[in-house]
This record gives sequence, C-alpha cells and structure tokens, in this order.
Amino acid sequence: MPNQIFTAGLHNMADQVYFFKSFFRNIFKKGFEWEELFRQTYLIGYKSTGIITLTGFILGIVLTLQSQPTMKEFGAESYIPRMVSVSVIREIGPVIIALICAGKVASGIGAELSSMNVTEQIEAMEVSGANPVQFLVVTRILACIVMIPLLTIFADAMALVGGFTATILSGDITAKLYFTNALTILDYSDLLPALFKTILFGFAIGFVGCFKGFTSNNGTASVGLAANSAVVTASVWIIIIDAIVVQVTNSILYS
Amino acid sequence: MEAEKVIEVENLVKSFGTREILSGISFNVHRGENVVILGKSGTGKSVTIKCIAGLLKQDEGSLKVFGEDVNELDEDALKALRCRLGFLFQSAALYDSMTVRENLAFPLKRVLKIKDKAEIESRCIEVLRSVGLEDAIDKMPADLSGGMRKRMGLARTLIVKPEIILYDEPTTGLDTITSKEISSLVLEMQEQYDATSVIITHDIPCAKITADRVLILHEGKCLAEGTYKELENSDNEFIRSFFK
Repeated sequence: MPNQIFTAGLHNMADQVYFFKSFFRNIFKKGFEWEELFRQTYLIGYKSTGIITLTGFILGIVLTLQSQPTMKEFGAESYIPRMVSVSVIREIGPVIIALICAGKVASGIGAELSSMNVTEQIEAMEVSGANPVQFLVVTRILACIVMIPLLTIFADAMALVGGFTATILSGDITAKLYFTNALTILDYSDLLPALFKTILFGFAIGFVGCFKGFTSNNGTASVGLAANSAVVTASVWIIIIDAIVVQVTNSILYS
Repeated sequence: MEAEKVIEVENLVKSFGTREILSGISFNVHRGENVVILGKSGTGKSVTIKCIAGLLKQDEGSLKVFGEDVNELDEDALKALRCRLGFLFQSAALYDSMTVRENLAFPLKRVLKIKDKAEIESRCIEVLRSVGLEDAIDKMPADLSGGMRKRMGLARTLIVKPEIILYDEPTTGLDTITSKEISSLVLEMQEQYDATSVIITHDIPCAKITADRVLILHEGKCLAEGTYKELENSDNEFIRSFFK
C-alpha cells in the first residue's frame, strides 16, 4: 500500500512536470491566443474586484481595530498607519488575496476545464486543428500571473482606506497625515518581495487550476473533485511559496 | 476503377490497462464512401474513430489516413491532417462559453486562418442555413435543444469543408423523428460537401439511411462487412440480430 501511494505520487509529479513543460513550450509557439488572454484577464481580474475590494477594506478595518487598544496602552497610536501598511503590504495582503483567489479562480478554472474534458470539448478543439494547451492553459496561467499581483496591489490600497476609515471613526486624523504616515515607512525591501511573491502565487493558482481541470478523469464527479482539489492544492502551494520566499528574500535583503 | 483508399486500418490493437478493447481490426474506407460501424456498447467503435483522428494512439497495427501513418506524424503534421478531418462528437461538444457564431468562427480562424470578419460571418450564415439553424446564430449552446445541438455540431464540423467526417453516434439521445432528420441531414451534407464518412451508431434506421457499407464490430474484432442488405439477410443469426 505505501508503495502504491509512493508510485502514484511520483506519477503525479511526473505529470505536473510534463504539464509545465507543455505550458512553457506553448507560450512561445506561433499563433498565441491574444484575444483569449485578454478575455481571461478580464474574467480573472475585473470579475474578482468586488470580493477583493471588500476583503481588502475589511482587512484594514479589522487590523486597525484589533491593534488600537494595545497601541493606545503604550501611547503609540500614531504608529497604527505604519503597522497596517507594513503588515498588509508585506504579508497579510498577498497571502489573504492569494487564498481568496485560490478559492475563486483556481476552483473556477479547475471546474471549467474539467467539464470541458467530460463533454469532449477539449478533444473537439484538438480535432479542430487548435492547440488546447495554447488556448486554454497558457492564457489562463498568464492571466493569473498578471492579474493576481494587480489585484493584490488594489486590495492593499483598499486595506489602507479601510484602516483610515477605522482610524477616523475613533480619532482625529487627516487623510494626508494617515497616508503619509502609512506610505513613508515603506521601502523597496517591503514592496519587491511582496510583488515577487504575488507573481508566484498567480502562477500557482493558474497552474494548479489548469492541471487539475485538464487532467481530470472522465465523469461528472470529476468536475467537483477537480474544483475541490484545485482549491486545496493551490492553497497549500501558496503557504509553501510564502514560507520559501520569506526565507530567501530575508537572507538576501537582511544578511 | 476502385476509388482511392483514404483510411487504411490494419490489425489495430488498443488496450486500456489490462482490458483489450480492439483485438486486431482491419478495414479500408474509400473516397466518397459512407461506412457505418455497428456493434454493441464497449466493442471499441468510438476508440476506433478516435484512433483515426489521432486522439488515441494504437498499441499495435497500422493506421493510415490519406496514406500517412497517424502514429508517425509529428505535432504539426497531425495538425495539418486534422484540418482535412471533421469529427462530430456524441455530445456535439459545443464550446459552452461561446455563442453559436463564436463556435463556428473558432475552426475558421484556426484551421483556415480566416481573419476577415465579413467572410467569417458569411460562412457561418451559409453553414447554419444548410443545417436549418440560421436563427440560432447569437444563441448560447445551453439554449439549444438536443437536435439543434447535433445540427450545430454538424455545422461546426462542416464549416471547414473536411474531406473525411467521423461521426460518433450522431443520433444518440434523440427522438425517432429528429433521428431521421439528422440521418437525412448527414446524407445530404455528405452529398453537398462530397465528403467521406465513417459513422458510428447503434441506430439501425440511421445506418439504413446513411450506409454504403456496414462493418460490425464484436469483441474488438471486425465480425462482418457488407452492404446493409447483405448483412440484414446474413446467414449468421447474430449478425441478423443487429437489424431486428
């Protein structure tokens, strides 16, 4: 039994490596599907802005309200904008937004491609002379790589707005003072690792969703399984990537 | 003079895991011919045409389409070959996220590399008119009935004017009247587009309408071959049972 699990694990890993190779090769192939890429950036990016706005805004409010009593105790209320901006931009924003996108985007891609598999649409594309990897996989993964960082930047901005809203409800502070306080503390060592991380998160979300959907078994049950498995796997990838990037960037920036 | 062989299948063997689906079938299809493949479920009919389209690779045997060995073709050559093939899937396999117009434009843009919007539009309308669906051009596949989906699938297959059309159970899941309509349409389109057809079906009226020649698959082997009439009056009780 442990042997079978090990062999199945190795097969799965080999399939993922092959899938990645196929994705990478098809990026540079003739006949790039620009129209589909723009459609996917719209679906993945624009269609997620509602939930991202709400999440970012509430995140800022909650962080501010949670930290206010303790900061007040130490007379450090003026540090709240800085604390919110650094914690949201460096860590909480990218991870929370990536996890939300894993739930929304990776599951959507997994379910869509899996149902296309079940209803023979992927095979129909193949016999139509189209390249399904180029049309379905490359466009979706690249759209995630572009849109997840942009969504994160937007959510970070909304979190600062949320933090400001919570602050003015309980104190007297101008917008100029709040945002100057929040933004002057930031430097490239906060922004670059966060941006790099979100690009990797975008890749993980797109890749896992496409892999799970594209390689699902035939049968309607596989649609639900692919969606579910895409969310779980993408979420685990996000946590692992986060841990690795923090280690690597810390050793580069602070050594 | 005998017409050119466009499909040559010889000793085709295909297994999934330990289960052998095709155990060495052989047959040829000539240009302009309509060949119907009959057989019980699980005898490898769909597997056979998926091998012909290069969607599955056979384990043993040789499979030539237009004289080219499908298994030996590289990606680009296979793509070029598929431009000459049409495949009507059992479920019609319409792209759910696209309208009828976009479904039809998809192969036009990619197979025939047509970029001109006016030409795409006129070809879409022409093919939809030929299958009696010109009013459905802006509909989504979810808004079409079973018969309309099959017609639409046929329209998408025909729009690139393929030389060979592979039909995977074109009448499955349809009522008797619609089945007859689709069968007649298959024949009509074959005449209009001068295509060679391989039709997989369980539907005997469909076979009767469309077949120039019938092949019967049984337990992964080609059990009998002949015209509809010949097989219907066969001495073999099992073969006759298909036509009752």
